[in-house]
Amino acid sequence: MTSAATAPAPVAPAARTTDALLYLDAVSVSFDGFKALNSLSLVLEPGEMRAIIGPNGAGKTTMMDVITGKTRPDTGTVLLDGVHDLTRLDEAAIAELGIGRKFQKPTVFEMVSVEENIVLALAGPRGVRASLFHRRTPQEARRIEEVLEIVRLGDRRDALAGALSHGQKQWLEIGMLLAQDPTLLLVDEPVAGMTDAETELTADLLRRINVDHTVVVVEHDMSFVRALGVKVSVLHEGSVLAEGSLDQVSAEKRVIEVYLGR
Amino acid sequence: MTSRKPILFRLMAPHIAPAILALVAAAALVPIANLAFPPDHALHVPTGTVVLVGKWLTYALLAVALDLVWGYCGILSLGHGAFFALGGYAMGMHLMREIGPRGVYGHPVLPDFMVFLDWEALPVAWWGFDVFAYAAFMALFVPGALAFVFGWLAFRSRVTGVYLSIITQAGTYALMLAFFRNELGFGGNNGLTDFKDVLGFSLQADTTRAALFALSALALAGGLLLAQAIVTSKFGLVLVAIRDAEARTRFLGWRVERFKLFVFVVSAMMAGLAGALYVPQVGIINPSEFSPANSIEAVIWVAVGGRGTLSGAALGAILVNWLESFLTGAYPEAWLFVLGFLFVVVTLFLPKGILGALRSLRGRRRAADPGKAPEKSPAGATQAAE
Repeated sequence: MTSAATAPAPVAPAARTTDALLYLDAVSVSFDGFKALNSLSLVLEPGEMRAIIGPNGAGKTTMMDVITGKTRPDTGTVLLDGVHDLTRLDEAAIAELGIGRKFQKPTVFEMVSVEENIVLALAGPRGVRASLFHRRTPQEARRIEEVLEIVRLGDRRDALAGALSHGQKQWLEIGMLLAQDPTLLLVDEPVAGMTDAETELTADLLRRINVDHTVVVVEHDMSFVRALGVKVSVLHEGSVLAEGSLDQVSAEKRVIEVYLGR
Repeated sequence: MTSRKPILFRLMAPHIAPAILALVAAAALVPIANLAFPPDHALHVPTGTVVLVGKWLTYALLAVALDLVWGYCGILSLGHGAFFALGGYAMGMHLMREIGPRGVYGHPVLPDFMVFLDWEALPVAWWGFDVFAYAAFMALFVPGALAFVFGWLAFRSRVTGVYLSIITQAGTYALMLAFFRNELGFGGNNGLTDFKDVLGFSLQADTTRAALFALSALALAGGLLLAQAIVTSKFGLVLVAIRDAEARTRFLGWRVERFKLFVFVVSAMMAGLAGALYVPQVGIINPSEFSPANSIEAVIWVAVGGRGTLSGAALGAILVNWLESFLTGAYPEAWLFVLGFLFVVVTLFLPKGILGALRSLRGRRRAADPGKAPEKSPAGATQAAE
């Protein structure tokens, strides 16, 4: 917060030293003395897909909370595109800037239809008046079709989202992210509780999304991370322990200690 | 709820259209049945019934207002009676000014209770209430303004669920205590009464009462249409999203507090209109209208009729009040027990209320017919997350 607070609003000069899409530097968060994030630094290039792994309590979810504005860091810099100071914005403003988040537990709107879930996520004006008098445009209708097709839910469009299977809910949520059309997607444990076949389809889906979106995936499932085949950051006790390909980091002694030593 | 459908189509959804038609028909036919047929004719509706049902229709409008925020947005207001009472007071103040010099003390300007309290001049809050249009405006504006200030503070601070309910409850209780005081200048304990006429028409006349009945029926129809237009728009979809997963809605970029604030203010104004129509029909408004019990009863009407159904809320208000008027006549001491029992039974066995139960019954019958299984019930007929 300190360095961000002194920087004059929209342009923080320090950030443009890098072309990073997302730039986290020395971010710390503590809850009642427990350091959930401990001087965490992470840099994400535009168009990249990054997997974040780490044991329980490593700070993965807190990191997501900080990026999406749910939690304010005690100290540290969080910049989007090098210009937007995310530590000063609320959830809705950050979502408008183009950061979408998929939660660990599938949180779709169960009482409305699959299609309406997509409609809620669809990029567009978010004002009270705009939504009161909103009429669906042909472009929107086309986009809805596209998204439903990508996440393979076209034939369930009128079903209540609550009636979907667990895997389908996860896909619907990914579809909602796509409809939001964010520049950066944060995906929290997308394959938890999925069958092997579903897991494979999800890896496929994420790779397809990564073609024109930057993606951060938090995941426990190593075979899934391997299937993604992307750069991996290992989190431990609130900071980055190692970074590199999955093979590189899993060869590192400290990573093995963290994962196997306890 | 699909926003592709034109507005007229959305407004004429199967469960709203019959209610609108019935109300418009009642607005036209009941006054005729009351005024044109002699008392011994089979089609005659006695004036007592007209007044009684007219009162229930204003309750039904309050129920629709409450359903709009509770059933669709999950805001369980236990203080909606306050907006109703404020609208009622605005109308009551106008009716007091209309009495003019015909009061017991014959003062040309001051209402009786002010003369009695030895007041010399009309308090500022009463200025302008001799003009009907101003009073009608205030009947909407004051509840709306209160809802705006309250909602702005509460929703921005993210006060939700049971905490919000308790605050609304405390709010209406505080207003009741304030209005009980003579110094506040609204008639204290006795409230406002002894009204003579409205817009020059005697409130005792059958024609005026029939007209007030018709107005109440039309106001309810209008309230239902407005609420239906809101909940079937994309705005309504966002309301349901907020009700079911508020945090998630925020992460999709919706400014939840603005949506809540808008619907809360609309609902409060609707309740204010209901109160303004209620007062000339019952002939009195006093601080007991602010009593928390009244607001809780309104919640029971909505629960019984079916929250998130709009027309169900109106139906619930009329049914419960019909039951009350029947039971308080036949078994006066039983009524409160029946009301409590009703609430328990509905909560346990009919969580979606009467209309919701009827709808899922119809849905099940259709599901038994293969090939026509309903995938989706209207988004409204669902349980609100508190």
